[in-house]
Amino acid sequence: MADDGTPAPSDGQWPLWEVFVQPPRGEPFEHAGSVHAVDAESALQNARDVYTRRGEAVNIWVVPTAAITASTPADSGPFFDPGNDKPYRHPQFYSVPRGVRV
Amino acid sequence: MPDSPDAITEFEARIAAGETIEPKDWMPDRYRKQLIRMMSQHAHSEVVGMLPEGNWITRAPTLRRKMGLLAKVQDEAGHGLYIYCGTETLGVGRAELVDQLLTGKAKYSSIFNYPTLTWADIGAIGWFVDGAAIVNQTMLAKASYGPYARAMVRICKEENFHKRQGYEIMATLAAGTPEQKRMAQDAVNRWWWPSLMMFGPSDKDSPNSAELTRWGVKRKGNDELRQRFVNLTVAQAVAIDLKLPDPELRPDPATGDWHFGPIDWDEFSRVVHGDGPLNRERLAARRQAHSDGEWVREAASAYAAKHTAAAAPAAA
Amino acid sequence: MAPALDGPVQAALVQYLLRLGDDRLVLGHRLSEWCGHAPILEEDIALANIALDLVGQATLFLGLAGAAEAAGRDADALAYLREAIDFRNVLLAELPKGDFAFTIVRQFLFSVAAYYRLEGLATSSHGDLAGIAGKALKETRYHVRHSGEWVIRLGDGTSESHTRTQAALDALWRYTGEMFLADDVDATLVRAGVIPDLATAEPKWLAQVTGVIERATLAVPPSGYMQRGGRTGRHTEHLGIMLAEMQILQRSYPGAKW
Repeated sequence: MADDGTPAPSDGQWPLWEVFVQPPRGEPFEHAGSVHAVDAESALQNARDVYTRRGEAVNIWVVPTAAITASTPADSGPFFDPGNDKPYRHPQFYSVPRGVRV
Repeated sequence: MPDSPDAITEFEARIAAGETIEPKDWMPDRYRKQLIRMMSQHAHSEVVGMLPEGNWITRAPTLRRKMGLLAKVQDEAGHGLYIYCGTETLGVGRAELVDQLLTGKAKYSSIFNYPTLTWADIGAIGWFVDGAAIVNQTMLAKASYGPYARAMVRICKEENFHKRQGYEIMATLAAGTPEQKRMAQDAVNRWWWPSLMMFGPSDKDSPNSAELTRWGVKRKGNDELRQRFVNLTVAQAVAIDLKLPDPELRPDPATGDWHFGPIDWDEFSRVVHGDGPLNRERLAARRQAHSDGEWVREAASAYAAKHTAAAAPAAA
Repeated sequence: MAPALDGPVQAALVQYLLRLGDDRLVLGHRLSEWCGHAPILEEDIALANIALDLVGQATLFLGLAGAAEAAGRDADALAYLREAIDFRNVLLAELPKGDFAFTIVRQFLFSVAAYYRLEGLATSSHGDLAGIAGKALKETRYHVRHSGEWVIRLGDGTSESHTRTQAALDALWRYTGEMFLADDVDATLVRAGVIPDLATAEPKWLAQVTGVIERATLAVPPSGYMQRGGRTGRHTEHLGIMLAEMQILQRSYPGAKW
């Protein structure tokens, strides 16, 4: 289909930015999605227009996608498994005398 | 490098265990390709889907309707954007995806090749087309690919108002003057069958279904979803006294489902392959917007290149 | 509720509210024409946001106009059942949307003027008017920022974008004076203490607009004759065509509910 027009120019859609929004009531910032933008100010505006249309946020962070360093699947064993067998980091590990609230 | 059988086994075990697949995880090449195809089609559908409804923004009959419709079409731009961004995590840029749409290499939902002839079509689209989309997307919100599933969760949350808006428009028209009721019934007659086609061919004729199901992208079959949509919609039509244009429609006591008549798959195929009422116009409109906007996109890039430091906001 | 006003003051208030409402309705409508056709998806969403703000403001101002008029017309009746000669928007708002430069430059010129007007009106002794103005002021602040940043990017972008943006500025400049015209309607309301004197809005507008134009490497057009007429119903030919489209359903099916 669609052989009736000129070929579309394959021009840029601008670089990608990751958007983090902070919900009301001081909760931690959360990844909301991404936008395309040429610079920080436009990224901030686009993030505002795209990801806060329903009052979802009181603050926005934008960061160039290329600037994010992420762990890889190969890291997942050495990074996260050691956290699973350290029960002494959890309050339930410790007992207190009956009837005392600590 | 071909995918090793061991890697595929491990991958499928992860899916079977209900784990989500994230962008940097290993995945079979076919999985990546199928997702890019499916997600980009979905995104294209949202974007092309702005056109039939956008056609009535300037003619919406009240201020409330004007704002409701504009907000809805705007959401569709947002949904297209979310899904394009999700697709980009699979290693393909939005420029390339847009190019595939504009050159006709990629498909989009063929329902958007039908015209919106009266205001009632805006009601019918919200009620049927968004209703069908919600059934489909609620399933996709559990898709195995994390970025797709997360986009669907956000979209489902936002899209709830679309269906209610459409149904409210139809209910108002159906309870209105004889001309309005006629408009409403005519829209139902035109949009019902194309809406059932939105779920795609029967699973046994759908080349991609088995693979997508095995890999947890689709959790339910096309026929099952279509049946669910019919079951939900029949009572809604009865409630506002509009007739679904299917003489075979009747409850099936054996299954508890509503039995419906045969779908005209020839029509579906014709529209998918370019001979729907407005295929050419829809793509032409997208191409026009894209080429009219080229100098704007270039200008922003040129400005950013000149001012490499992050731009400070202008005083408001 | 605001205290009852004298007849002539009340009549002036109705006119004033229609001007505020019509500016936003007509401009919001023009902006909404971009939905689905913007240069990039992010901008489809941004322009729709501004259009929604403007139509929302129009609904509030026209609703208040209808209440002040006390003739049984609500915001919809005012929007959909008046003739072009009864509309009170500035000519700037009704011009066809043009290219993206035209739309953005118009939005910027309008939004800055709207900002200074609303800032004054937010202090109005008329509680309802002050309330709507305060809400609209916040929205308008963002419109100024969004359109202003675009003017800078388009002006200081490529030579094509520079040329287009300068052309838009040159074409629109002669419609800007009307935004600051003060006639008997304004004078009556100022005298009655309903609205503050807004004489300082124009110099503030010019200073801010000039600053952005210069940052955008564009030239402020020479001052010349300023077109006017919208405030008294003497419009361009574009408005009637726009209203024919906008009002078609209400006109075709009198009395129907939608």
